[in-house]
Amino acid sequence: MHKKPLSKQIYDARWCYLFVLPCSILTGMFVIYPIGMSWYFSLLDWSGFTKEAKFIGLQNYYEAVNDEFFWDAFIRSFIFMFGTVPVKIVLGFIIAVFLNNQVLKLAPFFRTVIFMPVVTAIAIIGIVMTFVFSPFNGPANKFLMSTNLTSAPIDFLGNPDTVLPTVMGVYVWKWLGITMMYWLAALQTVPQDVYDAAKIDGAEGYRLWIHIILPIVLPFAIVIILVEAVGALNVFPLIETMTAGGPFFSSEVMEIYIFRTAFVTDSGTMPRLGYACAAGVFWGVAVLFITVLQGLWMRRTRRI
Amino acid sequence: MSKYLNFIAEKNQVKYLIITIAFIIFSFFWIYPLLWVLSASFKTDFEIWGGLGLIPDRLVWENFERAWFGANMGRYFFNTLIITVVSVIIVVVTTGMFGYVIGRYSFPGKKILIGILIGTIFIPQGYTIIPVFDLLNNLNISKNLIGLTLATAGHTPVIYILLFAGYFSRVPVELEEAAKMDGAGFVRTFISIMLPLTKPVVATVSILQVLHAWNDFLLPVVITLGNPDIRTLSVGVYAFKGEYFVDWSGMAAASVITILPIIILFLFMQKYFVEGVQGAVKG
Repeated sequence: MHKKPLSKQIYDARWCYLFVLPCSILTGMFVIYPIGMSWYFSLLDWSGFTKEAKFIGLQNYYEAVNDEFFWDAFIRSFIFMFGTVPVKIVLGFIIAVFLNNQVLKLAPFFRTVIFMPVVTAIAIIGIVMTFVFSPFNGPANKFLMSTNLTSAPIDFLGNPDTVLPTVMGVYVWKWLGITMMYWLAALQTVPQDVYDAAKIDGAEGYRLWIHIILPIVLPFAIVIILVEAVGALNVFPLIETMTAGGPFFSSEVMEIYIFRTAFVTDSGTMPRLGYACAAGVFWGVAVLFITVLQGLWMRRTRRI
Repeated sequence: MSKYLNFIAEKNQVKYLIITIAFIIFSFFWIYPLLWVLSASFKTDFEIWGGLGLIPDRLVWENFERAWFGANMGRYFFNTLIITVVSVIIVVVTTGMFGYVIGRYSFPGKKILIGILIGTIFIPQGYTIIPVFDLLNNLNISKNLIGLTLATAGHTPVIYILLFAGYFSRVPVELEEAAKMDGAGFVRTFISIMLPLTKPVVATVSILQVLHAWNDFLLPVVITLGNPDIRTLSVGVYAFKGEYFVDWSGMAAASVITILPIIILFLFMQKYFVEGVQGAVKG
């Protein structure tokens, strides 16, 4: 069978094109177009609320890389990622291994409970946690004091030293259910006879874990790490509602920085969409770079 | 077939009991913040800060009245409901059609299309929010629910398309050929033969989109900056915190109004939540 001419192929597939059209339009409008526009906006001196916009070339970028707050937020985003992802991966794995026991009658119940924060609106969690960690009789402090773990209330969210670890802890709590579900899916790919063999207690059993079960779930681990790493860089709602980046910018991650420079008028300064876009583009490229690196690493490991 | 590692032997009662009790204690602490806000929504302000107990002295339903009417949560509830329902319909129809074509046909440009889609997977929402805001302004739909709904549906996770494409590609070809013999065209084959077969995927995608649309924060908070009337529940509670800072119990009630519908939905349709979440790593 010889190949049909392109025009004929396209004509034959006319229904296909019609079918991909609605979704393509939406994605074009709300994903592709915005990506292109943010590159353009980043070259403007523009508040976003007036029509006046002046083309200033790379000046926004120049200003961003020379802004101390920008780099603080940049680094903080990665601290957040490296602080939360390993905890989630390990903790999620341990819980999944336990809940993958058929004999554990309450396993479905525990799974539901652990997953519950995942379905709870993130903004609400942020707000509720400001109560829970309140230094004025908040439940967390009340518990710590009633069990004599601490004598004076801790201002979890008001102290620059404790605020980031607290928000990170809440983040892990909120999303651990998803990590657990990923691991449960991964554990289902291990053949049953391997599990039967791994039942043996003692050294033999542990060796099976390390040499057989771990390699089987390793490809999953890499995908999970990738998904989790990107997720940990998108923490705007939680931090905005818990601390709004404070106190004294000590929990300001990149997304909060962008939001602050774009929309919030602090001390009478004008919002600057152009500048915020430049920061966003810089950030987006950095994230993409890391994603591609991880993707390459993933492919290499999978080939082995 | 599910596979299990039963390293807790049924005979070993002690080990079994220890693990169960440990998990019960762990679960209680895990869920405590949610139980706490639920109980706070029925308490008086004074009682909220009084102790760690979860059982209110009496049920203060007035908290809900204040939140629903006074803080406008009633209105925000229906805003959120409309955005969620309409965006679910849009998303299921558009990604279903897209996934069908991608999963079953090959046509010029298909690879490019898939490439572009994959490329958008890791674009953070924060990266696109400013131009989206500007776009809605220019189209004059930033001040009503239309713009917010479209933008919510537009930031479609690629995973939905992949779920549909994967499912459609596994449907046997014979079914399609039989439909063609009966004289059914492209569209009729899709609607009467294919769509009914994908009910599980439709359910999974719907659930995931409900979760996304209902709980979304960044997009609605930006779009509704100057328009309190079209706020969603999440944004409403956030604004509540700014406006009525001292009304703790009212805020707890507003929070419960926001989170309870999804938690109930989750409890009844857990299977689809799990399938949707796990689809992300299985693919």
